[in-house]
Amino acid sequence: MSRVTKFAGRDPGPAARIAGFMAHMRENGLRLGVAEADTALTALAEVEAARPEEARRALKAVCTGCKADVDAFDALFDSYWMDAGRVKTKVIPKMSAPSGEGVHSSRDAKGTDAGGAGSATAPDAGQGEAESDGEGKLIATEVRNLMRKDLRDLVRPEEVAEAEDVARRLGAALRDRRSRRRIAARKGDRLHFRKTIRRSLSTGGEPLKLLRKRRPDRERRIVALCDVSGSMTVYAQVFLAFLAGLMRADTTADAYLFHTRLVRITEALRDKDTMRAIGRMSLMADGFGGGSKIGPSLARFADTYAKRFVDGRSVVLILSDGYDTAPPQEIDAALARLAKRGCKIIWLNPLKGWADYAPVASGMAAALPHLDLFVAANTLGDLAALERELMHL
Amino acid sequence: MTWTDLQHALAREGYVASEDLAVALHLALSLGRPLLLEGAAGVGKTEVARALAAARDTRLIRLQCYEGLDASQAIYEWNYQRQLLSIRAAAEDGQTGKSVEARIFSRDFLLERPLLAAITQDVSPVLLIDEIDRADEEFEAYLLEILADYQVSIPELGTITATTKPVVILTSNGTRDLSDALRRRCLYSHVDYPDRSTELAILKARCPEIEMRLAEQIVGFVQRLREEELEKVPGIAETLDFAAALMGLGIADLTTDPAILQATLTTLLKTQGDRAQISTEVAQRIAGRAA
Repeated sequence: MSRVTKFAGRDPGPAARIAGFMAHMRENGLRLGVAEADTALTALAEVEAARPEEARRALKAVCTGCKADVDAFDALFDSYWMDAGRVKTKVIPKMSAPSGEGVHSSRDAKGTDAGGAGSATAPDAGQGEAESDGEGKLIATEVRNLMRKDLRDLVRPEEVAEAEDVARRLGAALRDRRSRRRIAARKGDRLHFRKTIRRSLSTGGEPLKLLRKRRPDRERRIVALCDVSGSMTVYAQVFLAFLAGLMRADTTADAYLFHTRLVRITEALRDKDTMRAIGRMSLMADGFGGGSKIGPSLARFADTYAKRFVDGRSVVLILSDGYDTAPPQEIDAALARLAKRGCKIIWLNPLKGWADYAPVASGMAAALPHLDLFVAANTLGDLAALERELMHL
Repeated sequence: MTWTDLQHALAREGYVASEDLAVALHLALSLGRPLLLEGAAGVGKTEVARALAAARDTRLIRLQCYEGLDASQAIYEWNYQRQLLSIRAAAEDGQTGKSVEARIFSRDFLLERPLLAAITQDVSPVLLIDEIDRADEEFEAYLLEILADYQVSIPELGTITATTKPVVILTSNGTRDLSDALRRRCLYSHVDYPDRSTELAILKARCPEIEMRLAEQIVGFVQRLREEELEKVPGIAETLDFAAALMGLGIADLTTDPAILQATLTTLLKTQGDRAQISTEVAQRIAGRAA
């Protein structure tokens, strides 16, 4: 590793450097505020801050907040403190050899920063070009054109508003009735002792009026995965509007697009301006090829995002026709892993609406055993009609 | 006390802490901030709290979180049965409402749950809030309030302020996203599966009588096993069980008896799928390479 960064002589001191480090971390996506800078300074006073490895560990404990932060931290620390690729011009590192080399040891530079259990969230390397063969074949070329087209041409604001309404109703239908916490209620199934006793004081300890409590309904969290591969293009309009509407109606919902890769579009769709949200989504969807890899996309979802965002209270909506270029075993394995998280899995297949449809696509057949609900949906009306089915889920 | 002292103190309690973890713990103690430990199941997150409590010679108060955990299970609850009895007894004696009320809503009638117990100790205890990700968001909000002020408000009784601040350790398996507010209040350390030398040190600390050669084989085997695609990757607790099983059976070398190795794998592999995947041949291959 490189030597310790030399700060310019006019640099005001450690506090300013920490502030600079915090700004550097913020620029790189870590959410840190003034309070953290304060804690960081206090923390450095508690260790031997002159030793780079101790300072690194102390700052790591203060500045990180999740696994992703930890993974990014070492490189960020090196770039600021260890003179590795700083781009800020304010403090110019001098080229002369530092004299106090004795204070920093190279021991354990990467010490306990092993890979660990989780897998990285970055897309797989080496599958850059999307495949355009396989079952998504019929409109492969057309797809490219369409995908290059702005999604804003496909989705109109009115539709999003309509979809929002549908999504809100679906969310209401999807209530979890398993909460173990109880709240006071007129018609509860258990006695609310605290209130009853309190009330009984006025009648000399005689609990004349029994107050009750019950389990409240819990909202479930909807996670939507939308297939935007070639074969789905004709339905994209409806589904994208639905996703946009869903994100606006339900602040806890989560949305992803997949094609040959998986992208999380939740943040983009949260944009207050509907059309700008769609614009951002189309930017993210851009760069996708023509084929569809449902299995690998679902596997990636199950291994990364699902571990954080999917739990027993989630409902995973998969919007896809099930035409996959990857082997069906992958869908099978991915859904099995996903189902283990305790979530409900609903597959909305636009093709199922066809009169003589049978789930013969191998991917679809592999998925069936894991699904809690498999229904047709190719218009907003169909989605709205789901309401009643979801009530019974 | 520096962080290396802390690391040694933990080692004396049989806990081998990595440098990152030791520094994080040291900061949590000296800054009085809660420490959030995240990592896969079985890497020794809960054990940290136990070792820390032993090293500091204080009480360990543990709150196991689950979905639906509420204030009456986590903070306090009135002892209703006693209250009812007391009210009836008071009525017999002809006491008036005011004095009865003052009595039944006193500390004597309060059942302390872990969070309240943790802030009313004479000596600062270690409060372990285990698997916080299993509790729901409402509970996180309760917790934030307590971690911010170290005080509990009871409507009938008033506010109880902490006599001593507990050392708070939260653990999470990452099954749910914790709120940013909670993460920001805590220091953070990610606990990974230990590397080979650390795991060997742990094994020797916990099973002092184990033979060096077998210990190395066991650690090598488990380390390689973690690289296989398993549903449930074996943690340190599993390694210790595995070692205990082998020692109990009097095995001195992993590679000698495939049947026994396969039988003792029950301590490492906890699902049917994993058992099926690590067949006798696979286990022998791994053991052969580890030896």
